[in-house]
Amino acid sequence: MSKLTQDNVVALAALSRLTLTSDEIDKFRGELSGILDYVEALNDVNEQEAEPTYQVTGLKNVMRPDEIKDYGYRVQELLKNAPATKAGQFKVKRVIG
Amino acid sequence: MGQWLAIADIAKKIQAGELKAKALVEQALAAVEDKSEYDAIISTTSERALRKAAKIDERVAGGHKVGRLAGVPFIAKDNFLTLGGKTTAASNILRPFEAPYQATAIERLEAEGAICVAKANLDAFAHGSSTENSDWFTTKNPYDKTRVPGGSSGGSAAAVALDIVPFALGTDTGGSIRLPAAFCGVVGYKPTYGLVSRSGVVAMASSTDVIGPLARSVEDAALVLDCMAGRDELDSTTIERNPKGYDIRNSKFQIPNSKVGIIKEYMDEGLEPGVKVAVNAAIDKLRAAGTQLSEISLPSLPLALAVYYIICPAEVSSNLSRYDGQRFGYHDIHAKNLDDSYCLSRFNGFGAEAKRRIMIGTYVLSSGYYEAYYKKAQIVRTKIINEFREAFKRFDFLIGPTAPNTAFKIGERAHDPLKMYLSDIMTVAANISGNPAINLPAGTSNNLPVGLQIIAPTGADRSLLNMARHFEGLGS
Repeated sequence: MSKLTQDNVVALAALSRLTLTSDEIDKFRGELSGILDYVEALNDVNEQEAEPTYQVTGLKNVMRPDEIKDYGYRVQELLKNAPATKAGQFKVKRVIG
Repeated sequence: MGQWLAIADIAKKIQAGELKAKALVEQALAAVEDKSEYDAIISTTSERALRKAAKIDERVAGGHKVGRLAGVPFIAKDNFLTLGGKTTAASNILRPFEAPYQATAIERLEAEGAICVAKANLDAFAHGSSTENSDWFTTKNPYDKTRVPGGSSGGSAAAVALDIVPFALGTDTGGSIRLPAAFCGVVGYKPTYGLVSRSGVVAMASSTDVIGPLARSVEDAALVLDCMAGRDELDSTTIERNPKGYDIRNSKFQIPNSKVGIIKEYMDEGLEPGVKVAVNAAIDKLRAAGTQLSEISLPSLPLALAVYYIICPAEVSSNLSRYDGQRFGYHDIHAKNLDDSYCLSRFNGFGAEAKRRIMIGTYVLSSGYYEAYYKKAQIVRTKIINEFREAFKRFDFLIGPTAPNTAFKIGERAHDPLKMYLSDIMTVAANISGNPAINLPAGTSNNLPVGLQIIAPTGADRSLLNMARHFEGLGS
């Protein structure tokens, strides 16, 4: 059984960079526990049976020449969705106090 | 029936000057307006569309050659980056977002003359099976307005079923093209993983996300796929095209000798009686036309959904970490410091389902749980792939229902995430394994469409489309 505690949910939310209301913590505790119970169907699987598959194409190390290409994007266009910019760069809250 | 000719015929008539691209775009935009009560559409890109149409008409008038999709209006799910309007993924966090560039799939369709006229509704970030997780509104099923259209590409499926456009684009991560296609009675095609570039499409679960068409006929879907498929340097997971391409209009494929396996696990309990009757009737029709059918068991398939609900949230939690409120998307102005700004922007920007998946994903990837969940899921994924491979040694195709039921009522599953997840029980396996799969309309049950699913070996997209057209040709 993977019953999550309130503390588990609060810790998960912090790791996920999500603020939650106390109602949400309660709601998610039940819902997430239910989902984790469901995926426990895999518990009986024997790990020796097969190797894990992380991707299905079989492609490996797809390389391209390390050349600068002009896709025609303008910095101004790429920054237009940012909440704050300065001198052609993203502006964020100060990181070092 | 329907206001649109076959896509290839529209393009021919445009080239011949018998139809005008501008008139077709206006016709599609009028249909968007006319069918607005179904809430299939989030926004239109009318200005850009009319400009593109005028250019095509000018080229034709000037005696120049135009593309294979010239003048054909289409609708893209709103998780495709498009110019000339907003791209929201039906999420609050992207409410103001205007894409600075377009998805490769859109670019390739435009290069052949197709014209994007509108953006379709979806479950926010494509998380869902009904469009009820959309932060805008729930799309109504064209067959019964009290029911869901399926999801997550529900707006795209409804738009095609409502005849607003000849085709629409969707994305399929766990069934998001095939399920709404089944619920709305249209063709929905999920290609082999990697066949269509994901560049410029809002990422959900990168190892299973694919892009595909929803259309009224297999030939239409095949032509659209043909125009999008193949390697793209902007997506390093893309694979080579079949040298013959995917346009099957003139192909002469021998179907009657095909061997088709009926997936036992999908025909067992849990299947709505009306769906079972319709799928069995489809099987009988194929048999009568000379296809050899017999039952096959793939014993790990019932685990596919559990595998999916580990892999998908894991990848979602990683892909959605980019929504931090600093570079694009919703930004909360009340934060005191940077970390606060991330947390508040995400708290106010993401809906419940995105939060749920981010937290499940964070949980299964966290140290101490990684081996128990994520790694185990990837081992079962290998088992599912191996079972498909074994099955395809005996059979050319596998067949079964697309969903265990027809479209459910709006609200019926919205408050139980696990019950909603079960909608994908018959579609997820092909996403986990990467195999191509298609939904084909196969009659109705209580006046609601039933979907038949055909799955093919990895890379056998062309054969699958041929087989699908064969079935379609048997009539209802």
